[in-house]
Amino acid sequence: MNLLSRKATCNAHGENSSYFLGWQEYEKNPFDETRNPDGIIQMGLAENQLSFNLLESWLANNPDAAGFKRDGESIFRELALFQDYHGLPAFKKALVEFMAEIRGYKVSFDPNNLVLTAGATSANETLTFCLAEPGEALLIPTPYYPGFDRDLKWRTGVEIVPIHCTSSNSFQITESALEKAFLEAQKRNLRVKGVLVTNPSNPLGTTMSRNELNLLISFIIEKGIHLISDEIYSGTVFNSPGFISIMEVLADRKCDIEVWNRVHTVYSLSKDLGLPGFRVGAIYSNDNRVVTAATKMSSFGLVSSQTQYLLSVLLSDNKFTSNYIFENQRRIKERHEMLVSGLRNAGIRCLKSNAGLFCWVDMRHLLKSKTLEAEMELWKKILYEVRLNISPGSSCHCTEPGWFRVCFANMSEETLNLAMKRMKDFVDTNTTNGKNQSHQNFTRNSRRKLLSKWVFRLSFHNREPKER
Amino acid sequence: MGFSQLLSRMATDNGHGEDSPYFDGWKAYDRNPYHPTKNPNGVIQMGLAENQLSFDLIEDWIKENPRASICTREGIDAFKDIANFQDYHGLPEFRKAVAKFMGRVRGDRVTFDPDRIVMSGGATGANELIMYCLADPGDAFLVPSPYYPAFDRDLRWRTGVQIIPVMCDNSNNFRVTKEALEEAYQKAQEDNIRVKGLIITNPSNPLGTILDKETLKGLVSFINEKNIHLVCDEIYAATVFRSPNFVSVSEIIEEDVNCNRNLIHIVYSLSKDMGLPGFRVGIVYSYNDAVVTCGRKMSSFGLVSSQTQHLLASMLLDDDFVEKFLAESSRRLANRHNVFTKGLELVGIGCLESNAGLFCWMDLHRLLKEQTFEAEMILWRMIINDVKLNVSPGSSFHCKEPGWFRVCIANMDDETVEVALERIRTFVRQGKDADAPVKKKHWQNSALRLSLSSRRCDEGVLSPHSPMTPHLMSPHSPLVRART
Repeated sequence: MNLLSRKATCNAHGENSSYFLGWQEYEKNPFDETRNPDGIIQMGLAENQLSFNLLESWLANNPDAAGFKRDGESIFRELALFQDYHGLPAFKKALVEFMAEIRGYKVSFDPNNLVLTAGATSANETLTFCLAEPGEALLIPTPYYPGFDRDLKWRTGVEIVPIHCTSSNSFQITESALEKAFLEAQKRNLRVKGVLVTNPSNPLGTTMSRNELNLLISFIIEKGIHLISDEIYSGTVFNSPGFISIMEVLADRKCDIEVWNRVHTVYSLSKDLGLPGFRVGAIYSNDNRVVTAATKMSSFGLVSSQTQYLLSVLLSDNKFTSNYIFENQRRIKERHEMLVSGLRNAGIRCLKSNAGLFCWVDMRHLLKSKTLEAEMELWKKILYEVRLNISPGSSCHCTEPGWFRVCFANMSEETLNLAMKRMKDFVDTNTTNGKNQSHQNFTRNSRRKLLSKWVFRLSFHNREPKER
Repeated sequence: MGFSQLLSRMATDNGHGEDSPYFDGWKAYDRNPYHPTKNPNGVIQMGLAENQLSFDLIEDWIKENPRASICTREGIDAFKDIANFQDYHGLPEFRKAVAKFMGRVRGDRVTFDPDRIVMSGGATGANELIMYCLADPGDAFLVPSPYYPAFDRDLRWRTGVQIIPVMCDNSNNFRVTKEALEEAYQKAQEDNIRVKGLIITNPSNPLGTILDKETLKGLVSFINEKNIHLVCDEIYAATVFRSPNFVSVSEIIEEDVNCNRNLIHIVYSLSKDMGLPGFRVGIVYSYNDAVVTCGRKMSSFGLVSSQTQHLLASMLLDDDFVEKFLAESSRRLANRHNVFTKGLELVGIGCLESNAGLFCWMDLHRLLKEQTFEAEMILWRMIINDVKLNVSPGSSFHCKEPGWFRVCIANMDDETVEVALERIRTFVRQGKDADAPVKKKHWQNSALRLSLSSRRCDEGVLSPHSPMTPHLMSPHSPLVRART
C-alpha cells in the first residue's frame, strides 16, 4: 500500500518547474551590494519594497496599534482569543473601504460579503473548492502566474484549460480565444465552471480594457459560468488607462442578480502594501452561499488576529491610505520607467504596461530560434552569465517563446541600474561578437559544468521561492 | 446547467457539520450571554475550551519586551524584513523557538528538530493538512471516541477521508484498547475500506486524561504491525496540571528502535497551552521526511503571519519566561480543576478522574430519566434553558454511553465559576428534593422559556458582527469559531 497520499507523491505542487529552479541558483549566489557584488540579482520576485518607510513612519506615530491597545486600553486578551471566522469587523470594514478607495470609489463593497483568508493563495484555492468539483475546469488566459497550477489544481483536483493570448494584439483576451478554450475543454471532457483572470495582469502588468471585461461578462452570461477576478495588483496601477474593476462593468451593464452572483473578486495586501508575510487575503462574492461556504472553509487558514487588528487601525486612517496609494503608485511608476528605459538602452522592448511590479519583456530577437529550447537556453545564459534571475515566459504558460517577466520593485535603485548595465553589456557583446566570444567574456565563474548538469536534471530543491 | 449545480457539492452540503443540533447551545448563549453585572441571569459559556487563566503573564512579557513587536519603536527596524517574509519554511527563529518549547513542555525528555516544524492555520489547518498528506479520498482513519466534534469537519470535509470511530467506554475509564482497535480495523477490511492510520488526541479532548506509557506503546506497536500512520494531536500537552506526567509519542519512539518513524506525526498548536487561538499557530511535526516536504508546500495555504511568528519566537526563546509560564499556568489549572470538582462533589456529582485539559468530563447519568441519548438531550436542554449553562453533551463527541457532559472551566474568572457551581448545585438539589411527579410540575412551572425575553445585554454583544466589548469575558459563539 502506498504509504502517503497521491497528492503527497505527485508533482501537482508544480515546484519542479523552471520558475522555481531559478530560485535555487539565486539562493546559492545571491547578490549583495557590498558582500557579493557579482552575485545573481533577484528579478523574479514580484514584491513591493518601495514604500515600507511610509508604513514605518505611520507605525512610529501610532504606538497603540502596535501594543495591542485601543484608546490606551489593553485589548490583548480579546485579540488573543479572537478566532471568529467572520473576521474582525473593524478590519473588514477598513479593508473594503481601502478596496473602494483604490477603485476611485466607483464601486462599494459590503464587509459582510468579504471572507478573510491566509493570503490570496488560500483565497484562490478556497474559491475553487466552492465553485468546482474535482475534474471540472477553469479557463485562464495565458500567460498566467505559475503558482495557479498549484493553488487552483493541487488539492482541489480541478483542471486549468488555457485561453491562449498572443503578442499580435498585446496579449488581450479575444472572443475567439475564449471560444477555442471552451471547445478545448469540451474535447477533453472537462466541464467548465468558470474563467479566472488576473487584473491587473501578472505577468503582463497591464490592466484589462473595458472591452475585454465586457467580453468576459458576455461570455460567462452565455455559458452560465463563474468569473473570478484576481485583483491583487489593483493598487499598483500607475498610469492611464487606469484600473477598471469587474464590479464597475457589472454595474454599468445593469446585469441581472444572477450574473452578479457569479462574479467573485480576490484581493490581498501582499502587493499593494508590500506585506506578503502577514498573509492577508480576501474573497469578495455577491453570492451569499459562496460567502457562507468560503467563510467556513477559511477556518483552515484564518488571518492572525494580531495582524487583523494592526491593519484595521492602519487602513482606517484615511489620511494615511490616500497618501500611501498616491505615493506608492508614483514610486512604482518611477521604477517602471527606469526598467523600461534601461532595457530600451539595450535594444530590448517591453510590453506597454501601466501596472504591476514587473515588465513583460520582449527578447524574441535574442533567441537562436523561435522555440522553447532557445528560450530556456537564453534564460540560463541570463541566469548564469548576466547573473539575473528573471522568469521565462514558458513558466507562465506563454505560447510564444522569447518573453520574460522582469521585476523591478524588490531592489534598490542602484541594484536596478546595475542590472540594466549587465543586460546592456550582455546584449552588446552578443550582437557584435560570435558565440565563443560571449562565452569568454561572461563565464567568469565557470558555471558551464553546472549548465549541462542542469539540462538533464530537473530536481527539486527544498527551498520555496517567494510567491508570484 | 441547473442553478444549484453552479456551486460545488462541498459548498452546499453539510460536510462542515455546523447544522448539528448541538449548536442550539451556542445560540442560547449568543442570545443571552452571562455578564456579572449587566446580565447575571444569562447563560454561562462552558462549551468553549479556552485557556484564559494566564494572560497576565503573557501581557506582562509583551510590555517588558517591546522589541518582540515589529511595530514598536524598539522593534521597528525589523518591520520591513518581517513584513516581507513569506517563505513557507517559516522564520528560522520561530521554528527554533517552537521546537524548544515543545521539548520544554515534555520536560526536556525529548528534543525536536526545527527543520521538521511545518506551519499551518491553527491545529484546524494542521489536522486537515496531515490528512491530505497521508490519505486519499475514501481512505479512513481510526479515531477513538469520545472525540473532538470538529474532527468530522477538519479530517473529512474537503479531504474526502472517512472517520471510523473506535468506541471506548467507562468500564476502563475510556482508554482505547487493542481489542477495540483490532475490531474496528477488521470491520473496515471487511467493508473494503482502506485504513490509512489512527489519530488520537493526547491529552484527550473531551476526557482531560492522558495516555499511560503502556497504552501508548501498545498503540505504536499496533500501527507498526498494520503499517498504518499514527497522528498524535498533542494540542493540550502543557495543560497537564498534576501527575502522572505527560508522555508524548515522541518519547515512546525514542525508546522503541523497532518503530517505523515514517509512520509517526504530531499535531500541535499554541491555542490551548498558551491561550492564543486568535494567533492561528498550528504545527505539523512529522518524522517522515516526505511528509515534511509535502506538508511544507501545502502550508502555503495557511502560513502563520510573520508578525506573529516574530513575536512568538522572542517569547518562546525566553527560557525564564517559558519556565515561569508553564509552572504558573499549570498551577492555576490545577487550582481551577480542584475548585470545580470539589464544588460538584458537594451534590454528589462526579467527573472522570483527569489531570489535563481545560474541561471536566462530568458524569450526569444518575440524572437521566433513562439511560438513553434521548434522555441525555432532554437533560441537556434543561441545563441550557433552566440552569443556563452551555455545556456540551457527550453525544456530540460520539460518546458510546449517554449521560456524560464536557464542561469547560478555564474560560472564566473565579466568581463566574462559583455562580456556575451554585446553579448546578441548585438544579441537582431541586431534582433530589422532588419526586418524579413533582419534578415534572417543577419543570413546567419554572422559568423554562428560552431567555429571549431577557435581552438585557448590549445589542452589540448579541450580533456576530458586533465590535468587541473589552469587558465581556467570553467572546462570540463558536458557531463562528475555527475550533471549540
